[in-house]
Amino acid sequence: MTTAPTWRAWLTDPNPSSRRQARLGQAWLAWLRIRRNTLAMAGLVIVLLLLLVAALAPVLAPHDPLMQDLSRRLLPPGTPGNLLGTDDFGRDILSRIIWGSRITLYIIGLVAVTAPLLGLLIGTVAGYFGGWVDTVLMRLTDIFLAFPRLILALALVAVLGPGIENAVLAIALTAWPPYARVARAETLTVRNSDYIAAIRLQGAGAARIILGHVVPMCLPSVIIRVTLDMAGVILIAAGLGFLGLGVQPPLPEWGLMISSGRKFLFEQWWVATMPGLAIFIVSLGFNLLGDGLRDVLDPRSAGK
Amino acid sequence: MTDTSAPPGRASRLRPVLLAIGGGILSLALTLLGLLIFTFIIARVVDADPVLSIVGERATAEQYEAVRLQLGLDRPYWQQFLSYLWDAVRGDLGISYRTREPILEEVARYFPATLELATLGTLFGVIVGVPAGVLAATRPGSLADQVVRVVGLIGYSMPVFWLGLIGLLVFYGWLGWVAGPDRLDASFKMMMEFQLTQYTGMVLVDTALNGAWDMFRNAVSHIILPASLLGYVSMAYISRMTRSFMMNELGQEYITTARVKGMPEWRVIWVHAMRNVMVPLITVIALSYAYLLEGSVLTETIFAWPGLGGYITDALFAADRPAVLGGTLVVGVVFVTLNMASDILYRLVDPRARG
Repeated sequence: MTTAPTWRAWLTDPNPSSRRQARLGQAWLAWLRIRRNTLAMAGLVIVLLLLLVAALAPVLAPHDPLMQDLSRRLLPPGTPGNLLGTDDFGRDILSRIIWGSRITLYIIGLVAVTAPLLGLLIGTVAGYFGGWVDTVLMRLTDIFLAFPRLILALALVAVLGPGIENAVLAIALTAWPPYARVARAETLTVRNSDYIAAIRLQGAGAARIILGHVVPMCLPSVIIRVTLDMAGVILIAAGLGFLGLGVQPPLPEWGLMISSGRKFLFEQWWVATMPGLAIFIVSLGFNLLGDGLRDVLDPRSAGK
Repeated sequence: MTDTSAPPGRASRLRPVLLAIGGGILSLALTLLGLLIFTFIIARVVDADPVLSIVGERATAEQYEAVRLQLGLDRPYWQQFLSYLWDAVRGDLGISYRTREPILEEVARYFPATLELATLGTLFGVIVGVPAGVLAATRPGSLADQVVRVVGLIGYSMPVFWLGLIGLLVFYGWLGWVAGPDRLDASFKMMMEFQLTQYTGMVLVDTALNGAWDMFRNAVSHIILPASLLGYVSMAYISRMTRSFMMNELGQEYITTARVKGMPEWRVIWVHAMRNVMVPLITVIALSYAYLLEGSVLTETIFAWPGLGGYITDALFAADRPAVLGGTLVVGVVFVTLNMASDILYRLVDPRARG
């Protein structure tokens, strides 16, 4: 009881004594603002649940997601032992959804690391050097931005061959342009500041300045953008899985599970419905969270 | 006197517009070139062995060599690209492996179905989305605003192919309100092919023009479900953007002036504010239209819709790569062109963007 108020006082101190205190104080205020936003909190809960379920999959799943039992195939939801029913190989749908959360996290994790990295690199280099480098790189970004994403990912996977890594590669290659734009805009605001000039006078090269001193300034806005984009990534990954171009059977990827349930949609509706619900809930969670984060952290929309 | 004080003539007002159109066309050409480079790289560079995917593993060395020469793979990449570019400009997208037909002809046959579906979907999206966005903007924070926001977010988060399956299950399987997959019932399909004049390739238009109203009703009951699902996705986007544009306009001073003058509120919103909201909204609607053309890939698979999306996925499973890449290129060209057209339209409509 006694420690809480002092922590709070330290965090909300108008005269922070260290950079860390100021930064944590800002984060605390942002947290207070986002906590008032019910929808964003709901999103946060969903995302945390996803992380928890994925981490505890072996504990939570009642069955082996790959174990087939043909005597128990296509059981309806509510069957004792199979809460959400079973699929055409007698595999427990709930267990498959629980284990599938790991695949979903794996995909969005890989995309969230690769695409922003590429975007950051291109955006900061364009913004830092300016001139013709900027023109060429931004022109390239515009061209990529004008492409239809899903179709390009489709064509890429068609040639590379189906598989989880290729799906991630295809998604990442079509997802970087917005990050490049964000990073360039941030770079333009800091590139003429005194601290950059100071480092340059110390003899630091362009690579060192960009990687060590420009990229960190761009990270916050890029991270918000990533959260906002995650829902889209989940949907594209599920779409590729559904078309049979992403994760391959028998792995329990959600889009793939929908496509296998499609064959008996009208007789055993639950096989296709349940994994779709999972996709929908997780993607809704990221959308709600991203929306709330933007409201809180973007000063322009916060004013409204 | 009159000569010097006269407002700038027609020619000088038109000049910036023409410049904008010229710039638009130039950047369109540049983007299309980028698209071609991208598909070329996918087809020739990423693909380790394009010949093998044609002749198969059991081909003899002579067969392999013949196909390799036929594709021009012995030449350097830049020469290959130039001939690829030249072919594409002439409309030659290659021959489909499956049907041995020119891909452009096939795509032209499949395209109207996609166009019909996406157009109807966008229409739904505009008819519902714009009023919903306006409603939300005029009562921010109200229940209506919350509902529009949540319905929109749900639309953003929904896997469109899954929504299609659920729609089929509920409205076709359980309730029986609409017809199932494909564009027409099987019996009508034969009639369509042999008895009707095909003006456009779009079922609704063709049946109406032929006066075949039975068939028209059947086509409506087939298209209504996929079109409203696509419309829902498009509505989510349009309503959200309309809300934010409208909020922005309603904060302007000319709105206050109009209200102070005693103008009825509906007129303030739908005439004065709407005129300015329309400008950015055109871009949004064009974007969502382009997105529906692309997004129809998954929807068409679900509804067995004989459109471009279905064509590309079918080709994908038949390992018909020229068809996949040709289809991709066509969708890309339409997408890019719509983008640019909306950009040019924007400059034409908005006097501020002309300067």
